[in-house]
Amino acid sequence: MDDSVAEHSRPLRILIADDSDSDRLILKTLLKRLGHEVLDVANGLDAVSVFQREAPDLVLLDALMPVMDGMEAARQIKLLAGERLVPLIFLTSLSEAGALARCLEAGGDDFLGKPYNRIIIEAKIKAFNRMRLMHRTLSDQRDLIRERNRQLTDEQEIAKRVFDNVAHSGCLDASNIRYHASPQSIFNGDVLFASPRPAGGMLIFMGDFTGHGLPAAIGAMPVAEIFYGMANKGFNGQDVLREINQKLKRILPTGMFCCGAMIEADFKLNQLQVWNGGLPDGWLIRTSGELQALPSRHLPLGILAPDQFNADFERVGAAPGDRVLMMTDGFLESADSAGNVFGEQGVTGTLDQLDGGDHPFDAMMSAVHRFTGNFEDGDDLTLCCLEMMDEAGLATLPDRAAPSALAGPAEWRCSYEIRERTLGEFSPLPLLLHICMEVPGLRRKSGEIYTLLAELYNNALEHGVLELPSEWKHSPEGFGRYYAERNRRLANVEGHYIRFTLHHSLKPDGGRLRVICEDSGQGFDFHNHPSVATGNSPTMSGRYAGRGLLLLKRLAETIRFHEQGNHVEIVYDWQFARTAENRDD
Amino acid sequence: MPIQTRRDDDGQTLVIRIEGRFDFSTHQAFRDAYEHGDPNIRNYIVDLSDTTYLDSSALGMLLLLRDYAGGDSAGIVIENCNNDVRRILSISNFEQLFNIR
Repeated sequence: MDDSVAEHSRPLRILIADDSDSDRLILKTLLKRLGHEVLDVANGLDAVSVFQREAPDLVLLDALMPVMDGMEAARQIKLLAGERLVPLIFLTSLSEAGALARCLEAGGDDFLGKPYNRIIIEAKIKAFNRMRLMHRTLSDQRDLIRERNRQLTDEQEIAKRVFDNVAHSGCLDASNIRYHASPQSIFNGDVLFASPRPAGGMLIFMGDFTGHGLPAAIGAMPVAEIFYGMANKGFNGQDVLREINQKLKRILPTGMFCCGAMIEADFKLNQLQVWNGGLPDGWLIRTSGELQALPSRHLPLGILAPDQFNADFERVGAAPGDRVLMMTDGFLESADSAGNVFGEQGVTGTLDQLDGGDHPFDAMMSAVHRFTGNFEDGDDLTLCCLEMMDEAGLATLPDRAAPSALAGPAEWRCSYEIRERTLGEFSPLPLLLHICMEVPGLRRKSGEIYTLLAELYNNALEHGVLELPSEWKHSPEGFGRYYAERNRRLANVEGHYIRFTLHHSLKPDGGRLRVICEDSGQGFDFHNHPSVATGNSPTMSGRYAGRGLLLLKRLAETIRFHEQGNHVEIVYDWQFARTAENRDD
Repeated sequence: MPIQTRRDDDGQTLVIRIEGRFDFSTHQAFRDAYEHGDPNIRNYIVDLSDTTYLDSSALGMLLLLRDYAGGDSAGIVIENCNNDVRRILSISNFEQLFNIR
């Protein structure tokens, strides 16, 4: 037997208010005989105070009473009862319709005509008790739902804080990025991450998990960890993407996946690399107004096994001022009140009408705003626009914190060589950077160190081992040819190697890192190379593009070439920062 | 019923036909359509001629069917998609996993 059945048979506490002593006595006797507990008073004022004190389950009120009549008592009792349903039945010999209506307006639920009929009284009391109990059940359930909902909201709030710590916005507030990610969208499975790369440039990832709510948000956490962890260490977009795919494939149930796009922006080479798997077309908007679509060419992340996954990026040249725009599905699905969606037409229509002064991000946001009419932030949409910029602008990106300069390895030397087909499959840069970053004094300089290592490595690989002419990269046609040829030649590197030797030692005021990079290539005539000779006339010919060499010269204390030019040695000095403690905060 | 199934002539092909919206609300019905465990079924045809809309959870359901039907060796044809449905399938590059015609 459950509680509600027990409730139904429980005697009720009933309050009677009637100024006629005889009527009151008849009713009281009748109700007592039915097993109920009865409280009785002779006027409205007493009725209100007894109601307050005794909290009866049901009230029977005479309409006409001295001191305070039934109408006024009814109003006050209903007010006191608040959300509780206390059935209130008027006892009356009135029969005029207007008077009866006023009783109901005052808060009465029904009438009992005088003289009393035992059967009708019993039936009405039972009926109202059922209604009272149903009301209470509904109220209890509503309170329970309200409480559960509050708990859920609290938990989501906490989860969101944890999520925000892991999936922080990275460098999304950099001056060349504009984005909109609705706050609610994290529990809709949208993610947007951006990180500066140690070598300069930026990595951006936008993702859209299938499904909604907690499962989608949970999938986003490891993606954030992988993205920020690997981007910081200098891994390129391809490596990060492969890792994300592999992780998601392992942890997500079949049927759940993540549509995503990765953008790797290189402000030095003026190039963008884009991978789009399942997101709507991205757009490259050149300063000239020319538009280029960056369509999805891959399956979403988390579907294919690592050996089937294709992490080939599309590579496009992009000059400072060119902008790339990416969006999630929710952006296209923004709907107006009639249910029409903004769609691809909305996007292309807006882009076609861009004039030089408009920022495409603003144009897009206001277009979708206009379209939907009642645009709400709760919408599940993410939009991001990255602008290509001058390499110099990168200096404004915040340095990461660095611990004390005194701990960590100071005197060490290591040599690392990659050979043969590994040259085409593996970049040693993250590993080498990682070794250097064990020296706290170098950690503050991770960008410069990475640049030095990357310049040496890329020169050794592309111009030393693969003998690619760098001048190809300076025309759009040559650009494609360069990278096609690069891939072709990478397949044929038997007998080749690139060897790094790193040597670190402490000096009284800091430390010195010596890096020797040797390769198995032909070398070049460094004695007569204009950039080597004078240091300030960048030419586009020869093994080193002038730019790369000038960069090395600017960052390093010295740079020397040995043998036939395939053996480069640079020296990089760093100083203890006197205000290190302050700067590190 | 928004989802109907029938055997094709050879008895080894199950045709699953989805009417209206193919989204999370059809999740259970779609699973029931193929999870009856008839050992004779070798191939599947997902007929979308009357499907007006398809969302990402439907893509997930197709992946579940593909898994059930043997993963990389699954024989699944998706046919008669309207333009909107076709667009969603091709943005996600599902032609790499399914025979879409």
